[in-house]
Amino acid sequence: MSAAIGFEDWQALIQLYADYAGTVDAGHWEQWPEFFTDDCVYRVQPRENHERGFPLATLSFESKGMLKDRAYGIRETLFHDPYYQRHVVGLPRLLRADEGRYEVEANYAVFRTKLSQLTTVYNVGRSLDVVVRMPAGLKFARREFIYDSEMIPNSMIYPL
Amino acid sequence: MNAPIPRAELAASTMNWERGTSRIPFAVYNDPALHKQELQRFFYERHWCYVGLEAEIPKPGDYKRTEIGERSVILVRALDGAIHVVENACAHRGVAFCRARHGNAQAFVCPYHQWNYALDGRLRGVPMRHGVKRDGVVQGGMPADFNFADHGLTRLKVAVRGGVVFASFDHDVEAFEDFVGPAVLRYFDRLFDGRQLKILGYNRQRIPGNWKLMQENIKDPYHPGLLHTWFVTFGLWRADNRARMVMDGHHRHAAMISTRGNAGAVSEVSRVSSFKQAMNLHDPRFLDIVPEAWWNGPTAVMTTLFPSVILQQQVNSVSTRQIVPDGHGHFDFVWTHFGFEDDTPEMTRRRLRQANLFGPAGFVSADDGEVIEFSQETFEAKPAHRTLAELGGDEVADTDHMVTETLIRGMYRYWREVMAR
Repeated sequence: MSAAIGFEDWQALIQLYADYAGTVDAGHWEQWPEFFTDDCVYRVQPRENHERGFPLATLSFESKGMLKDRAYGIRETLFHDPYYQRHVVGLPRLLRADEGRYEVEANYAVFRTKLSQLTTVYNVGRSLDVVVRMPAGLKFARREFIYDSEMIPNSMIYPL
Repeated sequence: MNAPIPRAELAASTMNWERGTSRIPFAVYNDPALHKQELQRFFYERHWCYVGLEAEIPKPGDYKRTEIGERSVILVRALDGAIHVVENACAHRGVAFCRARHGNAQAFVCPYHQWNYALDGRLRGVPMRHGVKRDGVVQGGMPADFNFADHGLTRLKVAVRGGVVFASFDHDVEAFEDFVGPAVLRYFDRLFDGRQLKILGYNRQRIPGNWKLMQENIKDPYHPGLLHTWFVTFGLWRADNRARMVMDGHHRHAAMISTRGNAGAVSEVSRVSSFKQAMNLHDPRFLDIVPEAWWNGPTAVMTTLFPSVILQQQVNSVSTRQIVPDGHGHFDFVWTHFGFEDDTPEMTRRRLRQANLFGPAGFVSADDGEVIEFSQETFEAKPAHRTLAELGGDEVADTDHMVTETLIRGMYRYWREVMAR
């Protein structure tokens, strides 16, 4: 690891990843956009597109406002079978550290449990993230989930 | 060739049609034997199936692995530039030898015994064909009358129109243009007018429902303004829009054509109180719609080509959606989003943003897969029952409005004709 990070920032970074997973797994969609900067990028992209240089992503948002619109959609407009999500996230791998800006990669697996059904592996991959220090603490300026599970089991309603 | 499946296996007792095709027996979605017969009659005989876009294989040697029905096929551009579609099954032991999803090759080689094929499927090399000499004696080898020409890969008939590639296992299939028919071909040509296409990427989803349900979903103009709040709220698809439902002469293909109308008040159209009258976007760029000259009016044209593909234009978002069945109860749905070579960077960005409405996570598409899954659940549990598709009566005819299920009735009229042959 060539990048350097102070202990306090490292601890905050670990806390950010843990809090993010905890919030999403709890289904607190209104809090989810608060992990991001106003002009953030949030993408969920099949590995195929990522590796072949195709720009299409399954979800592709370019602002905190778009994340709020998604949260509204989940609650009010997208008819779906409700399900639980459970993230298991590996330790963040620091790719680059600048003053108040960190490029981070982390492996993840998301399990899906539909009500009264068996738990299945829903989506696995890695996130490619840019985390920046803001007055309110560390925020994601960019979160890209590059997923190996290119065949989505029917639909993707909730954010990873 | 596959032996015909005896009619007796078709669960005829539960296949009780009422009122033409407006009441569809659940059994059409349920029966494994019926499914095998559908594969034969719709995917492997007399029909053209979608395999991809020319832009996916731009250079000589480029190939893409895909499926027709439940058979693996390879779409490939040969070294002379010609497009071929061959079955991914070695003539020797049946190995589906091509495992990469895409790539570039000079030849196809089966790893099992190194049989070697030209990109057009012709057999070129068989190791130990002439036997192996030991102590001056030739041992083994293929029979003297082994003819390379008899043992190539299965070659499919190919049709390319407007940069879209279709193929058929049936070399007696009618011309592609006749297959689509003039009424629907007009809308095919509107989208694929000869401009070079630019691939934007793929989405893949596995939907636990019978493959026909996706054809029905895009032959059903009734649901978009009810299931998909976004369509109504932003005027993209609602019952009072100017619309036309058009079918080919066999009623197997269709185009749903709509022109965007009022955005805004919705309750007087849908009469459903749950809609979000005051829904506003935090970021309106999701719907940064810019009309394009080639539209010639309609803001949305959804074309179903039976059995294998849906062609989507919804404002600035365009895609193909391939239907790949896997047994009677599942299908894979493969989305290829694209643009055109003359798109500005802004238009490309716009197409990508609007793609958030479509696909497995789309604001107006994710729930289509969900409702298909829930329909299939009921079909499995209650095989003697039937669905009801009687909006607009029980006749089959083009309409100049969208308050009808006539396209679904038309599709099943065709289905019954073909399955009764």
